[in-house]
Amino acid sequence: MADNKVREPLFHIVKRSKVALPFWKAWLIRIIAVLAALVFCGIITKILTGLNPLEVYKTMFEGVFKSERKMWKFAQETAMLLCVALAVTPAFKMKFWNIGAEGQVLMGGLATAACMLLFAEKMPTWLLFVLMVATSVIAGAVWAVIPAVFKAFWNTNETLFTLMMNYIAIQLVSYFSYIWSNPKGSGKINTINMSTEIGWLPELWGNKYIFNILIVLTLTVLMFVYLRYSKHGYELTVVGESENTAKYIGINVKKVIIRTLLLSGAICGIAGLLLVAGTDHTVSRDTAAGRGFTAIIVSWMGKFNPAYMILTALLLVFFDQGATQVSSFLHLNNSFSEIISGIIIFFIIGSEFFINYSIKFREKTKEAAK
Amino acid sequence: MAVPAIELRNITKTFGDIVANKDVCLTVNRGEILSILGENGSGKTTLMNMISGIYFPDHGQIFIDGKEVVIRSPKDAYDYKIGMIHQHFKLVDVFSVAENIVLGTEDEKGYNLKKSVGQIKAICDKYGFELDPEKKIYQMSVSEKQTVEIVKVLYKGADILILDEPTAVLTPQETEKLFNVLREMKKDGKSIIIITHKLHEVLSLSDKVAVLRKGEYIGTVNTAETNEAQLTEMMVGKKVSLDIDRSDPVNCEDRLVVEDLECMNREGIKVLSNISFTAKSGEILGIAGIAGSGQKELLEAIAGLQKVNSGRIIYNNPKTGQADNLRDKTPMQIRDLGVRLSFVPEDRLGMGLVGNMDIVDNMMLRSYRRGKTLFLERKKPRELALRIIKDLEVVTPSASTQVRRLSGGNVQKVLVGREIASSPTVLMAAYPVRGLDINSSYLIYNLLNEQKEKGVAVIFVGEDLDVLLELCDRIMVISSGRISGITDARTVTKEEIGILMTKNTKEGETDG
Repeated sequence: MADNKVREPLFHIVKRSKVALPFWKAWLIRIIAVLAALVFCGIITKILTGLNPLEVYKTMFEGVFKSERKMWKFAQETAMLLCVALAVTPAFKMKFWNIGAEGQVLMGGLATAACMLLFAEKMPTWLLFVLMVATSVIAGAVWAVIPAVFKAFWNTNETLFTLMMNYIAIQLVSYFSYIWSNPKGSGKINTINMSTEIGWLPELWGNKYIFNILIVLTLTVLMFVYLRYSKHGYELTVVGESENTAKYIGINVKKVIIRTLLLSGAICGIAGLLLVAGTDHTVSRDTAAGRGFTAIIVSWMGKFNPAYMILTALLLVFFDQGATQVSSFLHLNNSFSEIISGIIIFFIIGSEFFINYSIKFREKTKEAAK
Repeated sequence: MAVPAIELRNITKTFGDIVANKDVCLTVNRGEILSILGENGSGKTTLMNMISGIYFPDHGQIFIDGKEVVIRSPKDAYDYKIGMIHQHFKLVDVFSVAENIVLGTEDEKGYNLKKSVGQIKAICDKYGFELDPEKKIYQMSVSEKQTVEIVKVLYKGADILILDEPTAVLTPQETEKLFNVLREMKKDGKSIIIITHKLHEVLSLSDKVAVLRKGEYIGTVNTAETNEAQLTEMMVGKKVSLDIDRSDPVNCEDRLVVEDLECMNREGIKVLSNISFTAKSGEILGIAGIAGSGQKELLEAIAGLQKVNSGRIIYNNPKTGQADNLRDKTPMQIRDLGVRLSFVPEDRLGMGLVGNMDIVDNMMLRSYRRGKTLFLERKKPRELALRIIKDLEVVTPSASTQVRRLSGGNVQKVLVGREIASSPTVLMAAYPVRGLDINSSYLIYNLLNEQKEKGVAVIFVGEDLDVLLELCDRIMVISSGRISGITDARTVTKEEIGILMTKNTKEGETDG
């Protein structure tokens, strides 16, 4: 019987124990994933372009940290991405898949631009600022709460609904870009109030990014506290984990869904305000620049924890900017940089699998003593 | 000596640090019934899943008819003529019996249903099953569905049958019927492995008993040479007394009066009708019935979670002496009325608790609204969590451990502990010991008894009739959403309840 040839699989996949992996081990796996991604990208780079991978990584690093201007740009981009990620997080924690942040940001930006265009010089500046904040928050919140109301009362699919709202927002921005275009008929809005700078957010220490960054940092802390220590945060977590439990303890699920999406949309509106009044000083269909979608990755990879999300936002923006530098500096086209950031994100997300599962190789079976 | 039909040698399976099976050795001969006995979490199902190709063992060997085999998938298992009847049926509701049975067996020519129906009928005649091959699954009762599962594996030619807790959903009469069929198959030379934790079934049916405890293989004994006490000791690892102290009810007052209740489920099917009963303080009212007869809806209607079509739910408040109608009130409104109603739902992690939250946050579910601030107060919930962990001996690394990481018994202790902590006047518990080991089960029974002695009106929905008879003061039996009898638990017999459980069953009213 012992010489019976039995073919066994080389390895099989096993779920890790119910007890969570120690903190450091999980992070070790993630760091290994990033390193493995860099090695893999290096090989791909060598094969496809013939360039020295170390040279490529150095260029990438320089693209982010070489000059003070680049570093500020890096911080600003991280802050804006983080801001949108903070906005979608409460909705996601409630398992409401708000993929309409793009549209909500645009609506906030459009409202801000409208105020700057229509009311500059017609009211005191402080009142204009109040109006800008109010309209952008309301515009973003309305864009988010419409799908939420439909979800709460008629259980419509929020993913499709929020996605469709994006397209409406984009077309609205296009429409108003035409109406308010400058020069007339160009379909584009030039820098608003270029000479007067009315409605522009203040530059602190002569830097137009610092104000935005401070606002986003404040929001990060507030969101962390809201999710972890407030009754609202607790309720939305319960609703997200199990609607049945929420009903069982008497939470009004409809109310929580609507309230949370109002908040989510309002923060998107603020992101729109910061982009339009803080840095761009104009609005176009590219104002949100895909942040509404990238923010989803930031939020997920950060496990819906604002503190971790700072890290994931930094990481994603680093690769994005670095890759852009690589493509322009080493004369590769833009697609190549996207390939690299795609591979890296894939590795990072894939590492979560190895945090939950381990691979077991088949040990040589010892013949049982009979 | 004949070669055993199936033999396991030193089978080991681990999930991370948890050893689900350790060096398990089993043999089953042709024409033999082996019971696998063990408490929940002792690794019975894991072991069987390895034989039927769902899991793959870390170590060890499986022999079929003396030849070593590697079972990588359920299809491999079928090729070795192993068929498993799972605890949760795997049937397509809108298909007929025959369609379900032939599913996955087509050859190049596709299906030949007519021929298959003939074969199915032949199998039924041979072993004494009553089954109409043309009937649709959704029209069937739980025990009929189980029959389909058994016929399905026989149709696929299985010689080794594995049944995972087949009697959990059956009435005593249906169980007896199933056992007769299994004895028929045994005579026919089939090998049968049956997983169970009910001792009297083991003794009445099987030839041999293999006992597992916490993943470890304790040993195999011949049924004829053993008894309940020995098996329990093997299973638990120490001597346990299987008695429940039942005190006589004192100071009974009508606490909760349900009158003529009628409810529909979400699909608009009537799930409860003409329900009238009274739950008294200082008494345990048991509710018996086949799973899905309306027990869940009844408790949820009282708790304000299920819409009520007609009828009244009157709560007599012992403090104010007022009688309030709880019908059409939300859980919040019920609480605001000062009704101290606690509810241990059947679905612990899906309704009673939040699996991804830690014990402290789960304690807060009932109390987090307290105080006017916008922020949570975690100090008192933490104290409560620590007290419950200590008093009920919850095994957990800390109070900040996610509840889903605890074992079933500990999850239930957390839930029951929280519900009792609010000093209720009415305590409803649905299947509170399902999936619990013997020690935890008895701890829960004692807690319920303690509440009864404190004057709480306890409503206990149970499935083990032996326990219902020992624990409760009165037993109400529900069949197809109607009350088929309210009996005195001290005098009624198991058989009488069994008959009431299936009385006036109407087609299509159970949602199984």
